[in-house]
Amino acid sequence: MEHLNESKRYHDEFVKGIWKENPVFIAVLGLCPALAVSNTAINSLAMAAATMFVLICSSILVSIFRNVIPKEVRITSFVIIIATFVTVADFTLQAFVPKIHKDLGAFIALIVVNCLILGRQEAFAFKNNVKLAAVDALGMSLGFGFALFCLGAIREILGNGSLFDVHLFGPHFEPWVIMILPPGGFLSLGFLLLFFNWFKVRQQQVKAKQEHIEQFNPIISLNSKG
Amino acid sequence: MDNLFWIFISAMVINNFTLSYFLGLCPFFGVSNKIATAFRMGLANIFVLVITALCSWVLNTFILLHAPYLRLISFIIVIASSVQFVEMAVKKLSPALFKALGIFLPLITTNCAILGFALFATNKGYGLIEGLIYALGAGAGLTLALVIMAGIREETKILDIPEVIQGTALNMIIAGILSMAFMGFAGLFITS
Repeated sequence: MEHLNESKRYHDEFVKGIWKENPVFIAVLGLCPALAVSNTAINSLAMAAATMFVLICSSILVSIFRNVIPKEVRITSFVIIIATFVTVADFTLQAFVPKIHKDLGAFIALIVVNCLILGRQEAFAFKNNVKLAAVDALGMSLGFGFALFCLGAIREILGNGSLFDVHLFGPHFEPWVIMILPPGGFLSLGFLLLFFNWFKVRQQQVKAKQEHIEQFNPIISLNSKG
Repeated sequence: MDNLFWIFISAMVINNFTLSYFLGLCPFFGVSNKIATAFRMGLANIFVLVITALCSWVLNTFILLHAPYLRLISFIIVIASSVQFVEMAVKKLSPALFKALGIFLPLITTNCAILGFALFATNKGYGLIEGLIYALGAGAGLTLALVIMAGIREETKILDIPEVIQGTALNMIIAGILSMAFMGFAGLFITS
């Protein structure tokens, strides 16, 4: 039984980052990299991978040292740990994929100030064991990657008519250039958030209606359940 | 002289930090409820940016030549701690100034606009004077964007807006339209 509970806990911590507490769509964290580099799908995937590496490594390290780091200087220590891994990611990308590194520019270095990463260290890794911290970091960074990929794919398809540099619509497609320029980032994230809000409101309405029926009409609700 | 002027204009409107580089979005959406608060936030940003320009110049010229891989870590730590020192000094010397800017200073020391500024100035190879002008321009641009955003949001409060679009979604779409308007400034370079 205990074993079951524990595996359920891991499962919950993993899934929450992807959907229920999605860092970009629900908590609206880490906007700066999410908007700045999501003009093509490939750039947003590279950014997501770099963020994932930094988040997982620093969560694990913070969690290992959680009993050693004094509480008063914890934020500074988190920042130093994060900055170290970002430097590693920066030089690795520069060595292996120089073209992408050039496209992303200073935004790789700016992962340090991504509030999502610091937030996870403060809210989770500093209080939990290594395994849980790693699972949480994996879930959160997958959620972040999912959001980034959505934005990048939408912007690349509308703004350039292509996905991963493969042209989709043939020669007559007139690209909607504004989408790959900065305003497109704000607009597409705005509309995605609008969609999520609408989804949430609708879910609440359906739930309220269901409760209303159950309260006043037990027979119907019994039938509908059976 | 001409060059310094263009550095200022370019940082302020053409490559506005918030609206075309997406830096400093947290204060942009978080503190843009009222024009007065937004303006003070902008001033605090200018203040921190100038300190950052000084720090990053000192680090780049004297220390980091020998160890470029320490750039990120040293930028963050030096900027954050020197802002704290200056904050203490201001508290002692000018309580009025501290009262106006004080609460914002801890919030923005590790803001992406500040670190982004230090990295951009390094990449462009700016000297001390150019760096300071760049800082003033970037700060003025952040203030401009914040105040315009706050002005629009004050207006939207008295309008009847559907519940589903209220909050961040609406702010994003406003920011998108603002950003489009700022793209018009790109023409400045062509006509000049």
